[in-house]
Amino acid sequence: MVVDETAAQDNAGAAVPVRLTELRLVDFRNYAGLRLDLTGRFVVLCGENGAGKTNLLEAVSLLSPGRGLRRAAYPEMARGGASGFAVRAGVEGAAGPVALATTVRADAETGSFARQVKIDETPARTADELLDHLRILWLTPAMDGLFTGPAGDRRRFLDRLVLTIDPAHGRRAADYERAMRSRNRLLADGCRDERWLEGIEAQMAELGIAMALARRELTGLLRAIVDAADDTPFPKADLVLSSGLGEDALDRPAADMEDALRLSLARSRFADAAAGRSLEGPHRADLAVFHRAKAMPAALSSTGEQKALLIGLILAHASLVSSMGGATPVLLLDEIAAHLDAGRRAALFDLIDGLGVQSFLTGTDPNLFEALGSRAQHLTIRSGTLA
Amino acid sequence: MAKSIAGPEIERLIQLLAKLPGLGPRSARRATLQLVKRREQLLAPLAAAMATAVETVKVCSTCGNIDTRDPCTICADASRDHSVVIVVEDVADLWALERAKALNAAYHVLGGVLSPLEGIGPDELTIRQLVERIAGGGVKELILAVNATVEGQTTAHYIMDQLAGMDVRITRLAHGVPVGGELDYLDEGTLAAAMRSRTAM
Repeated sequence: MVVDETAAQDNAGAAVPVRLTELRLVDFRNYAGLRLDLTGRFVVLCGENGAGKTNLLEAVSLLSPGRGLRRAAYPEMARGGASGFAVRAGVEGAAGPVALATTVRADAETGSFARQVKIDETPARTADELLDHLRILWLTPAMDGLFTGPAGDRRRFLDRLVLTIDPAHGRRAADYERAMRSRNRLLADGCRDERWLEGIEAQMAELGIAMALARRELTGLLRAIVDAADDTPFPKADLVLSSGLGEDALDRPAADMEDALRLSLARSRFADAAAGRSLEGPHRADLAVFHRAKAMPAALSSTGEQKALLIGLILAHASLVSSMGGATPVLLLDEIAAHLDAGRRAALFDLIDGLGVQSFLTGTDPNLFEALGSRAQHLTIRSGTLA
Repeated sequence: MAKSIAGPEIERLIQLLAKLPGLGPRSARRATLQLVKRREQLLAPLAAAMATAVETVKVCSTCGNIDTRDPCTICADASRDHSVVIVVEDVADLWALERAKALNAAYHVLGGVLSPLEGIGPDELTIRQLVERIAGGGVKELILAVNATVEGQTTAHYIMDQLAGMDVRITRLAHGVPVGGELDYLDEGTLAAAMRSRTAM
């Protein structure tokens, strides 16, 4: 039967299972100090409102680039006036065990908080290096309005998805943003130096087209995963990307598209100066999500159906990350179980099980996780400590 | 605020040294202690060297380098190939390239990069001097050795535009695989850049 087992693993994409084995927090939110050995693939965190369940997920999310799942400022994350905090984790990953750490400290002189990432106690050049060892996906109640809310939230969601399969995307997006702000500033100052504007617009075009192509690639890959998947209680979603580039055909050679974007930016200087912002470009992209079976925009679906669509998307993405990166991601699912009926809840647990990923689940009621039984490590949290 | 442990003259020395790159308050204290302990051998010669530097340091009117003479040592060096000019953002980059002994050529120091967000425009940099230098003739190749940042690349683009139509070959540093780098450890962006700027063997 050994042969059959190998075959089954190959079918699952043979992704190396990545998991956190240990988590240590110092002065993070309501945790003065916490040391947690993680034994299972399912980590269930129960506790009352305000006990610190989401804080713990947020801490884990800081082991990836960016400001974590709340997008909060660093001073907010330091416990009551502390001058910094630390999140450390032991990770069993693709290349054996590794120690990841994010420490944030206030500068003694300026008081501004700066982040340092260490991998096996060696300072990393950028936080992007964390993605070599750990890729984290999350779903929080704050994302409930994703389909009906502002396009900026969907764009950020989309870019996080891209980042987990293409680590260079974060740098690209940040550079584009900086170039765009430079151009806006020049236009606002009434700059007459066309060559300077051209130089910045050339940068925006190069970075912007690369961004648009990376986003298109991701939606294409996700669509293929959704097409190939079996039907589950979580409805299949269709993703339609509007690139923000005016025309949505991104199938010309990249150099031609860069030229087109550069020309369009040059032509819109007057209008952009009047508006005080750049009116067109990949920073205006949006992601439209449809309920495939009902052929209906997700925004028009019921609240429960939207939640189910979002869960389906995250699970599809988790399977994409596993097959692309050769290693499984870690899922942070905040208050997911409470919104699902018992049938869907059990189905969710089985789907996560099938993906072979480690997941952190929170809830106020331990009974919600009964279906997991001994598959999970059950932890109870009470005001920043393990009960 | 901690209580002073030495007189104001020494505290002032510590404060000033702590402003130097690579020195924090702790190493500034150690350096100061070393200096005052070895007053004759270290402190006095250092003070004299610094006083001389204050008097003699100037910016080279040809290339923007910082030296004690004008034209600077590099511009005055007849053994260099002055038909090749390497454009760098800062004197630190010039020193880095010289340490690497990359090319026996001349330089042009921009004094920064174009940055609307930091209020640095073409007039704050030595771009006009560079254009005049090229127009003056004698330069066959201009190597743009600016950083691969948004501002660096914008500045490179700007300089290329300014020199359009002039008889000079413009090149830039290769972006790609670091020396000793292994392909499967490189990120996709670096690999794509390396592939784009591949060279014939």
